[in-house]
Amino acid sequence: MEFVAAKDLDEALVAKANHPDAEFLAGGTDLMVEVNLAHHRPSSAIGLRRVDELREMTDLRIGAGVTWATLESHPHRALAQAARTVGSPQIRAAGTLGGNIGTASPAGDGLPWIAALDGTIELRSKDRGTRVMPWREFFVGVKRTAILPDEAIVAVRIPEDTPARQEFAKIGVRNAMVISTVSCVVTHGDNGTTVALGSVAPTPMRATRAEEMINAEKNPSEAALAEFARIVSEEVRPITDHRSTESYRRHGAGVLARRLLERCLS
Amino acid sequence: MIVSLTINGEPKTATIGGFESLLRVLRDDLGLLGSKNACEQGECGSCSVVLDGEVVCACLVMAADCEGSDVTTVEAYGTGDDLHPFQQAMLDEHGVQCGFCTPGIVVTGIRLLEENPTPTEDEIREALSGNICRCTGYGGILRAFDRLAKEGTE
Repeated sequence: MEFVAAKDLDEALVAKANHPDAEFLAGGTDLMVEVNLAHHRPSSAIGLRRVDELREMTDLRIGAGVTWATLESHPHRALAQAARTVGSPQIRAAGTLGGNIGTASPAGDGLPWIAALDGTIELRSKDRGTRVMPWREFFVGVKRTAILPDEAIVAVRIPEDTPARQEFAKIGVRNAMVISTVSCVVTHGDNGTTVALGSVAPTPMRATRAEEMINAEKNPSEAALAEFARIVSEEVRPITDHRSTESYRRHGAGVLARRLLERCLS
Repeated sequence: MIVSLTINGEPKTATIGGFESLLRVLRDDLGLLGSKNACEQGECGSCSVVLDGEVVCACLVMAADCEGSDVTTVEAYGTGDDLHPFQQAMLDEHGVQCGFCTPGIVVTGIRLLEENPTPTEDEIREALSGNICRCTGYGGILRAFDRLAKEGTE
């Protein structure tokens, strides 16, 4: 087997069980870059573009094959906002949320939203059926996940009790076609505030100390908002690389988190 | 493996050796040199084609995954003597300088106009945000859309 264009999920899972080394191809926006630049040559690949089951979508369960173009109008505001900042129209027409999860880049624009809402990743294999994994267990490092060789990412699920307010923003060097330097989702609702960030740690992360601090405030004062931003900047674990520096990412994380919290509270 | 697909309305077959992109197959195997190979990582848009109704970067499409697909390349629009109105407007308004991005801009622009014959400037800028032009500063390209909009209403 070199390439199988799976017609449905069962065919994809059978192919993956028989060829655990095979790579799934969804929108191609990550895999083909690696192939074109000769960084990587898959032994075999399984195309998912025609698998309708992966494009199913409700408010609380998003199929892995749903494209960014579709997510631009998703009812979850922060997810729609994130979708609109991914790549370009060409990239958004092809790239999928499942691909973002599978690639597990620290800069994946969909990942802070999953972390902020405590989403789970729905995995499936031919022999063991469905396995649902909390995002914290799924993302284990830079471009590393806890997926098993015979599994496919089928969907993202989020809990029913969704927060009333949610906002996404990212920092990058230009407006369109840009990979995040820092990305952030803040949610606010009856259960309090959550803060999730991307591009500032090996995996998407929650700023849990900042959450605890701000959740103790009824009506956050100017001083409380400044302290919230300071704690976010302290909690993130960024590195210096070709896209930015550790210190700028720390600063940006605090600024973004505070700005988004203020939007949620307004 | 052999892949059968429709390109610019004509059935074609291509022999695929591995995981090469649709762009490589269009250019190297089928002799369709309109789609340009520049960045090969989906950043520049100069290889934009319409794949099953969506504008995508042909460099990011695995050719092996194109069985039964419908592809429209820049070669579908106009000939050297008889240009598509958008191509003529690009020429008249100096939306072309070095020309490397032009095929991608033509494919993206015509697809936008097919879906939305009277786009706003914001909609045009958004549609072209994945087509990088380093020569024109986009002024001439935007004027080409303006000209078509005016001609369309006259």
